[in-house]
Amino acid sequence: MPVGGQRHEYTKNLDLAQDRLIILANLVERSVRDCIEAVRTRDMDLARQVIANDDEIDTQELAIQEHCIELIAMQAPMAADLRQIISVLLIAAELERIGDYAEGIAKIGLQMGQEPPLKPLIDIPRMAEISTGMLHTAMLSFTERDVERAFAVRQKDDEIDDLYQQVLRELLSYMIEDPASIRRATYLIWIAHTLERIADRSVNIAERAHYFVTGVQGGLKGP
Amino acid sequence: MIESSTKTGPVSVQAPVPAQSAHSPNGASRTHPILATRQVSFWYGRLMALEDVTLTIPRNQVTAIIGPSGCGKSTYLRLFNRMNELVRGTRVEGEVLYRGQNIFARNVDPVEVRRQIGMVFQKPNPFPKSIYQNIAYGPKVNGYKGDMDELVERSLRQAALWDEVKDDLKRSALALSGGQQQRLCIARAIAVAPDVILMDEPCSALDPIATTKIEDLIRELREKYTIVIVTHNMQQAARISDKTAYFLNNSNGAGELIEFDETQKVFTNPADERTEAYITGRFG
Repeated sequence: MPVGGQRHEYTKNLDLAQDRLIILANLVERSVRDCIEAVRTRDMDLARQVIANDDEIDTQELAIQEHCIELIAMQAPMAADLRQIISVLLIAAELERIGDYAEGIAKIGLQMGQEPPLKPLIDIPRMAEISTGMLHTAMLSFTERDVERAFAVRQKDDEIDDLYQQVLRELLSYMIEDPASIRRATYLIWIAHTLERIADRSVNIAERAHYFVTGVQGGLKGP
Repeated sequence: MIESSTKTGPVSVQAPVPAQSAHSPNGASRTHPILATRQVSFWYGRLMALEDVTLTIPRNQVTAIIGPSGCGKSTYLRLFNRMNELVRGTRVEGEVLYRGQNIFARNVDPVEVRRQIGMVFQKPNPFPKSIYQNIAYGPKVNGYKGDMDELVERSLRQAALWDEVKDDLKRSALALSGGQQQRLCIARAIAVAPDVILMDEPCSALDPIATTKIEDLIRELREKYTIVIVTHNMQQAARISDKTAYFLNNSNGAGELIEFDETQKVFTNPADERTEAYITGRFG
């Protein structure tokens, strides 16, 4: 984007919107990592910390909304600037939802804390690792204006879907074998489902990044 | 090369309509684009103001021309009704086509061109006469034989001014507000049944409310007319136009067409980075 010597304040405010989004993304990414760590290690304090942090995430998201609305109202952004602000707004909303998912997993973690473990967790931490990686890459595709990274996020989503089906099949077999495990298995299914949703939201972020760079809506969707 | 000072006897500019062509309600041929320029360059004396502009204006749409000051956008607009040649020493190369006919051809009468292609200027310029006479003047000069009262009413209605002035059409046009005067000028342009209305920053002397009325009017008028508007106000171009053309001075200092596309495309995802720089306010 050609930037001349004009509209310094405006350009500064555009950059600020993106900086705030990066801060929010870092908070959310940490919440996702922490909530899975809390479940994996049965760390109740960490789970409570994740739940408490969600208020901060919500506050940051609102601040980004206000900042973007003010920029739109006062500066009438156009072209790439407009796409950037709209993308920041939409990505912030996706991040806020991912924050809610992390909070949800942390709450499940608190409930699980009262029960003996059903099985050692292998696939769920794997799902968490991939979906957090997708979130990270999606954010990089936006900040680096990198369409290739956006496509990479889209491709990773298939892997998450496969893992989710695998977790589901395994936990169903546990439940069939031993109905007493249903409650604990259901907690894990919820967590796996939530991680699958986090991956979907990360694809949405990659979609926004793609739109910001190319101006094409829905450009990541496959055939 | 055609010298703009060349004038011969008056010949109708109406292009011959091929036998099987479709017709618009106002009788225009659909075979040729209503307005187009082909490799047009324009000079004021030795100063080149436009270089090699090729563009087709779509029928019954609003085309906005934007660009920084001195990029030739008003000069370009004024090509279409040969207003530029009122300045001495101007010269045009290339073709300016109205329904497929070069309006700078030797046998074309500029007065007839201006009847088909009306113009509204930056500052409202009603005649110092009554509202009625302002509208009736053009048709009268053109030998209009129909019901003049009806034509005046119809023109004022189309310009969304009728309800405000119907009770006293004898009132001086100069007593109207700026916004009303501009709508009167639009009504005056409409009264002679043109095909095209050219507008050169028609709202720049108006307050926001009057501007909104003119903008609403422009949106309505495109049903019947082809409108080309030069505006400095990019928000206005975004609000009212279907297509947008961006002009910029090239290395010779002459205005050049940089980009022409759907307005929505130009304002959300322009193809050229020079357009991007201009509409995001980082240049111009």
